[in-house]
Amino acid sequence: MTEHRSHTYGIMAEFESPEQLLAAARKAREIGYKNVDAYTPFPIEGLAHAIGFRWTAVPLITLIGGVGGGLTGFGLQYWCSAISYPINIGGRPLNSWPAFIPVTFELTVLGAALFAVFGMLALNKLPQPYHPVFNVERFGAASTDRFFLLIEARDPKFDLAESARFLQEMSARFVTEVKDEE
Amino acid sequence: MSVTLPPANGREVQRLEPLLEPGHTYASVTDKIAAVVLTRPLGIGWLFGFSLAFVAVMILFVAVAWLITKGVGIWGINIPIGWGFAIVNFVWWIGIGHAGTLISAILYLLNQQWRTSINRFAEAMTLFAVACAGLFPLIHTGRPWMAYYMFPYPSTMGIWPQFRSPLIWDVFAVSTYGTVSLLFWFVGLVPDLATLRDRAKAPYQQVIYGMLAMGWRNSARHWHRYQSAYLLLAGLATPLVLSVHTVVSFDFAVAIVPGWHTTIFPPYFVAGAIYSGFAMVLTLAIPLRKAYGLEDFITMRHLDNCAKVMLSTGLIVAYGYFVEFFMAFYSGNKFDVFLANQRLHGPYSKFYFALILCNILTPQLLWIRKVRRNVLALFLLSLVINTGMWLERFVIVVISLTRDFMPSAWGRYSATVWDYATLLGTLGLFTMLFYLFVRGLPAIAISEMRELVAHQAHAEEDRT
Repeated sequence: MTEHRSHTYGIMAEFESPEQLLAAARKAREIGYKNVDAYTPFPIEGLAHAIGFRWTAVPLITLIGGVGGGLTGFGLQYWCSAISYPINIGGRPLNSWPAFIPVTFELTVLGAALFAVFGMLALNKLPQPYHPVFNVERFGAASTDRFFLLIEARDPKFDLAESARFLQEMSARFVTEVKDEE
Repeated sequence: MSVTLPPANGREVQRLEPLLEPGHTYASVTDKIAAVVLTRPLGIGWLFGFSLAFVAVMILFVAVAWLITKGVGIWGINIPIGWGFAIVNFVWWIGIGHAGTLISAILYLLNQQWRTSINRFAEAMTLFAVACAGLFPLIHTGRPWMAYYMFPYPSTMGIWPQFRSPLIWDVFAVSTYGTVSLLFWFVGLVPDLATLRDRAKAPYQQVIYGMLAMGWRNSARHWHRYQSAYLLLAGLATPLVLSVHTVVSFDFAVAIVPGWHTTIFPPYFVAGAIYSGFAMVLTLAIPLRKAYGLEDFITMRHLDNCAKVMLSTGLIVAYGYFVEFFMAFYSGNKFDVFLANQRLHGPYSKFYFALILCNILTPQLLWIRKVRRNVLALFLLSLVINTGMWLERFVIVVISLTRDFMPSAWGRYSATVWDYATLLGTLGLFTMLFYLFVRGLPAIAISEMRELVAHQAHAEEDRT
């Protein structure tokens, strides 16, 4: 243990294959761990579900962005053409809505895309320059060919020795404590 | 698209070539792609190509500076041909910019796994092509510093853009397309930037890629939201990519000029855009895989598939040319009939025949499997097709404008050296950006390649 203020963030296990990780994640949920996260070099089907993460707000946020963008687009054109500066050209309607569709469409897509991307980043709390998992030296392999499971210390069932034993039993190649330095 | 994906049952899998040469692991694909960016020294070939492109960019700077000094009179445009090279080049570049998003979005929704190793650089190609395209309308205004007039902002003049004009639709379509393509590209890059950050040895690389990766840590929760956002972006980009060239075609089709005022324009412009975009993908992919030894990832099957997409979109384009002619005569409108005859017999007929040769006749070679499997032939054909697509826009813009309704208002068009300098300059800009991209960012999506390795391992298990 180092002298300066550092505390345990959690315990991390390294696996060789996605199947092993998936099995360990399922088992961890099964025996009652709640604050579990997994780190993988590519998205693995069913993994988010296995660590108890089911619902994401990204589609809803995207819908809001799209509807907002579309309303802004149409409203902008209507207001400019019919209210702010109406020009009567041969008695043609000021609210010539078919001509407003292309810009309305483009702004719908723009709004939805911006909300989707920035909504996703915000929900993921990115950018985030520091995170305790980066303190683990071997963690760099999470972006190559290793699969990690983390049990966080804030989990009510967390116990350093007990959780480590559990992970070792799940055929982890390597188990380590994750320190959080303040 | 005429590609069958390997379904789960074994027989079908064996018939198709793999999308990735066998024997690759998660680590080996990561190493190979990341090494191009992180460790490989600058080769003489890269420096030579980059320098050539850089010279062309300097020519572009001179051409644009002279244009701003003297005005658009230095170009060959004059009434009645107010559009000329600037619009020809604009439409050509924006068309090339369609393949990237098509590959990333539409092929993603259709679950076409062969998009994986070509989507990243195709998206980059899209961005660079859109940048080149956007330059032309901007400098064609003659006063690019007034370009903000096109955006609806509360000005002291109290007036607004004309929202009923296709030219304003174009502003919104192209700027939205550019923005969404950039977002799509960047979102795809984030996990790969994290990979580079984790592997980087040099401190400057760690800092740059670390900042760009934004602290991405490959968490399963993050991946879940990420995939959701990526799928939604693909769904949004799909109608967007079709809308952009539709709106560009409205620039012509909404006008009453003979040869422009036709309803076939939107679909045939979109098909032409995909046609030229895939040609440019091949133009870039073939030297890229050769120079960096990426033949394992960009396989003959990828090139073959691109060739098939070109062949099918090329046939749609041929159908478009046919319908233009048919409708001109079928309508009985004497201006339309006259214009159709002008294309065949007028002063610019040699461009029209060159167009037919480049865009319709030569690409029929792609029916032959041997041609589709010959890298050099594909490379040459892709150049021929892009020349043809440039000629198509020249034919549309120039022939219609030089001879419309009143013979007293007819004119001729010939480009000046400044027109050619600007075209050459944007080719240089495009090439230079691509050279920088290849060395600065992973040209193939690394995390998606790892996913492909996992898929292939599963397919292998199913077979045994």
